[in-house]
Amino acid sequence: MKKKFVCIICPNGCEIEVKYSEEEIEKISGNLCEKGLDYVKKELFSPERGLTSSVNLKNGLLPLVSVKTSKPIPKEKIFALMDEIADIEIEAPVKIGDIIVKDILGTGVDIIVTKNVDKRIHS
Amino acid sequence: MIKKEVDIAIIGGGPTGLSAAISARKEGIDNILLIERNENLGGILNQCIHEGFGIEIFEETLTGPEYMQRFIDKVEQLKIPYMLNSMVLDINKKKEIIVCSPEDLIKVKAKAVVLAMGCRERTRGNICIPGTRPSGVYTAGCAQNFINLKNYMVGKRVVVLGSGDIGLIMARRFKLEGAEVLAVVEILPYSSGLPRNVVQCLEDYDIPLYLKHTVVNVVGRKRVEGVIIAKVDERWRPVKGTEKKIKCDTLLLSVGLIPENELSKMAGISLDPITNGSRVTENLETNIKGIFACGNVLHVHDLVDYVTLEAELAGKSAAAFVKGELRNESNIKVTAGNGIRYVLPHLISGKNDVKFSLRVMCPDRNRKIVVKDGEKILTKIPKMRVNPSEMIQFNLKKEYLEDVKELRVELE
Repeated sequence: MKKKFVCIICPNGCEIEVKYSEEEIEKISGNLCEKGLDYVKKELFSPERGLTSSVNLKNGLLPLVSVKTSKPIPKEKIFALMDEIADIEIEAPVKIGDIIVKDILGTGVDIIVTKNVDKRIHS
Repeated sequence: MIKKEVDIAIIGGGPTGLSAAISARKEGIDNILLIERNENLGGILNQCIHEGFGIEIFEETLTGPEYMQRFIDKVEQLKIPYMLNSMVLDINKKKEIIVCSPEDLIKVKAKAVVLAMGCRERTRGNICIPGTRPSGVYTAGCAQNFINLKNYMVGKRVVVLGSGDIGLIMARRFKLEGAEVLAVVEILPYSSGLPRNVVQCLEDYDIPLYLKHTVVNVVGRKRVEGVIIAKVDERWRPVKGTEKKIKCDTLLLSVGLIPENELSKMAGISLDPITNGSRVTENLETNIKGIFACGNVLHVHDLVDYVTLEAELAGKSAAAFVKGELRNESNIKVTAGNGIRYVLPHLISGKNDVKFSLRVMCPDRNRKIVVKDGEKILTKIPKMRVNPSEMIQFNLKKEYLEDVKELRVELE
């Protein structure tokens, strides 16, 4: 199989061409350094992404609070993870770094709050 | 009307204003006033919940709210006074500012002013898209605000016009929230967003990018029912016979940003027609002595880290001005030559090290940024790859700048 990549590790943005099989790279060209090889390997065989989204917030100044995964997760788990957090509702106040789900879907990754939101004062 | 006197007034409490305020305070200025029209500090970062902020400054990737909170905490810790829900209505050459605040109208007399108003999005009206005027046409940032802050999903079948970073990030956001993103349509032959966003927002989710295409019509009476897209020629004119209808309920616009310089014009500040921001010296001072500009109101940035660093310089310069220590000897013109869209600052003194910011005209590989004084070449900076979506910065030591008459920056 053949594939083209633009390496996003540094501003050089090497255009890399690879020939690969199920589990290894057979031929690579266009990368100026080893980082390009590592990037392509990771992208081909175990791509990971950090995921950011938001969850419902009760009694907060905002109806939502933004969250992120504590570490990148396997790319194919993104939508399963979105489903998993869709119905979560937490209570204000919340602070950056608060852990709301530990070890989500057995990934070893936590879901953490990325914004401070105060409690809404009822008048 | 309440009257106030301050050493430095900073207009805008986004990342630019926060950083300028912190920097001015660190230079020993106590009497600072930070003025923000929104109900909280942080500006647009409040709604930028994605990652990618802070790589240059903190060497880690943060979300927008995390990045802004580091600066808000600093402002609180340094006890820098700020006003929220307060809109500056007028500013003049004498640095008198009229602020409409919940308290009252306030007349602020400042010794120095830092302009940090940021930018706003181009709208459908700005780019004149024909068709009916149904609901469902949003700027990308507006949709981002609705989805990320107000819990209001704006549509289910989306077409994005323009491939700027906000458009790409919103394409992914829509997809994650269960909407279909049918196309990202870009008039240029290349994406106008950062390469990492093209990979992680479009390719990851199999969202098609139509280059050299534009939206030529919007269909639907009450709600958007579809858009017609077409190929364009080299001069961006739609090519007859290439029209294609895409059924959708939402059209998202990510078609560029305009620095918000209405206040700058009131103060008589001279603007650059290319950047739509002020003309500035190496101290980021405008043509009005004691008024400084930085961040997206000066020129639109792609990375907030560069905004922060630029604002630090503006805050430092404003502090030096208040203390009577700012030397203004900038009379050497800096101009953009072949292949360069713009270069800042516009004027330098030749007596200090200077950091330049520039953008190229079009994407290319294996080029050199050449700095010249007349025909004399001062330095050449090799670039593996240049891209209009990525601002380029470089430093020049004062040794290079001695006896320079006029500086010209070109792409070779």
